[in-house]
Amino acid sequence: MAVLLDRNTRLLVQGLTGREGTFHAKAAAAYGTTVVGGVTPGKGGTTHENWPVFNSVHDAVKATGANASVIFVPPPFAADAIMEATDAGLPLAVCITEGIPVVDMLEVMTFMHGKTTRLVGPNCPGIITAGQAKAGIIPGHICREGRVGIVSKSGTLTYEAIHQLSREGLGQTTCIGIGGDPLIGTSFIDALTLFAADADTDAVIMIGEIGGTAEQEAAAYIAREFRKPVVGFIAGQTAPPGRRMGHAGAIIAGGQGTAAEKMDALSKAGVRVVKSPADMGKAVRELIK
Amino acid sequence: MKIHEYQAKSVLARFGVPVPRGEVAFSSAEAADVARRLGGDLVVVKAQIHAGGRGKGGGVKIARSADEAAQLAKQMIGTTLVTHQTGPEGKKVGRVLIEEGLQIDRELYLSVLIDRAAARPVVIASAAGGMDIEEVAAREPAKILREHIDPGTGVVPFQARKLAFGMGLGAGPAQKFVKLLSSIYDAFLATDASMIEINPLILTKSGDLLALDAKVTFDDNALYRHADLRDLRDTSEEDPLEVEASKFSLNYIRLDGNIGCMVNGAGLAMATMDIIKLAGGEPANFLDVGGGANAEQIRNAFRILMADANVHAVLINIFGGILRCDVLAQGVVAAVRELGVRVPIVIRMEGTNVEEGKRLLKESGLNFTTADSMGDAADKVVSLAASAK
Repeated sequence: MAVLLDRNTRLLVQGLTGREGTFHAKAAAAYGTTVVGGVTPGKGGTTHENWPVFNSVHDAVKATGANASVIFVPPPFAADAIMEATDAGLPLAVCITEGIPVVDMLEVMTFMHGKTTRLVGPNCPGIITAGQAKAGIIPGHICREGRVGIVSKSGTLTYEAIHQLSREGLGQTTCIGIGGDPLIGTSFIDALTLFAADADTDAVIMIGEIGGTAEQEAAAYIAREFRKPVVGFIAGQTAPPGRRMGHAGAIIAGGQGTAAEKMDALSKAGVRVVKSPADMGKAVRELIK
Repeated sequence: MKIHEYQAKSVLARFGVPVPRGEVAFSSAEAADVARRLGGDLVVVKAQIHAGGRGKGGGVKIARSADEAAQLAKQMIGTTLVTHQTGPEGKKVGRVLIEEGLQIDRELYLSVLIDRAAARPVVIASAAGGMDIEEVAAREPAKILREHIDPGTGVVPFQARKLAFGMGLGAGPAQKFVKLLSSIYDAFLATDASMIEINPLILTKSGDLLALDAKVTFDDNALYRHADLRDLRDTSEEDPLEVEASKFSLNYIRLDGNIGCMVNGAGLAMATMDIIKLAGGEPANFLDVGGGANAEQIRNAFRILMADANVHAVLINIFGGILRCDVLAQGVVAAVRELGVRVPIVIRMEGTNVEEGKRLLKESGLNFTTADSMGDAADKVVSLAASAK
């Protein structure tokens, strides 16, 4: 089963003809994902690496039956690309692009309101369902099929969690990078809700970081209705206030958004919070023994 | 990106926000000229630094003549101002704002920012202006008023009236507030601001509303489309190493410790700082070299790391996804040779081509300490840093 992506995914790549788009489309196909084509406005009717290229997402969906899109479009054009995927009615759009202005994302969020497309990201590593399919940049070779879900604001920390699970002899169902921007399409709660309904996922690793209150909101949701074991880690326990730590959203502002308050909220909700990022896999092993 | 108060006021004024008359001065002579031009019985001399709390720190003073303004400017320019926001090291004052004095009746608070949870802009207003708003929120939360703005409509006048009457403004000033808030919201969107904060927004004895102070920060991701705003950057306000790092698209933030860190990915970079602290050490920096770092970037990263004299040991923590471990190892070996790095280096790498990377490190003949996990790496680097002191 897993969530969001599986063997039936027919993936479209927006920005296929770019360097990143090409590289990761090939990697996704090599992992077993059915990549059906790409969209690059102005290059419609051509082919790229044997994939058909279309001028619009509408054309691509009509011709290929795509049901998901991964977006590798530069920041000035990424909001437009997300809205186009939404307008074409794709059930899933995964935006990898880092550096989209917040005001553009404000427009995207307003545009998407009431529509059916689920956005994951932006500024995220994407999604991988172990052994089935991937949309984004998570390296496939570190994954192994298993029964633990991962939801994370950070890319390389997701890889770290995947690696630790694989090392523990545990594997993953689906790993979802939700992104480190202030405005993102899929929240921790959205991802947890998917994992709650997935019979193949027994436990979840949740990786948050300083900034905003999404982790606290997730804690309230977990306490209220999430019944599977959760291991949590919050990055930025030693981050100075008022500084943006790499991710646009990772900032402690006005004393709010600290790691301590997030860890506290998650602990109170029954999440097994690990202080050390090296202990995520071990903690899952202990919880589901 | 942060800017100075006088720059923020000039940006806001372009959108029709009323601000006091005033000009920036870089010397005491300029300060006297500005004071003379402004006229009136008194002027205010305000130190311009990228930090709040200037009033209490002695960075805001009143002058009753042009000579006195010059005198105060002379005292402020070149000195280091310490406020609760600058940290104990303070910030050096390079320029002052000379502004007309005003008869203040009331001090209010107004800000616009993005509410991440609601995915909408939010206006925050309070009758308790001129104070630290976080303190007001903690002590008297009822005094904080909030209105979420629908991006489709912008600020609807009734929302502005609600805030104005909520702060106890009379009918006349409330009308002026409606116009002022609309101007501020326009400025927020048009400049891609992350935050606009007016504290205090004053009501004068003659019934006018003006932004007596202004703090504006811009969304770094949107600066590519605002050449005019990019010019407002004052790099003398930033750490020189951070300025240098920004030239190479390296995310570097200087900290107080003695263990330099080089990591790929912002989350892993924060987590590396955390695990160093857990192992009993202190990180000297945050450094994210990014997912697609090449040998050249690794070299620049090393140069910047080592320019901090406090660094007694270095931890390199890389999880290679796109960034291959062998490429990283080559970059590190070259950088260490070229820069003659002497401090102990602990390397933990994992992921793509890790075996090849480890072989390159070993065959380099350089004295690297390798680690199998993040925890192992942190323990090793902390003990090396301690003995290197």
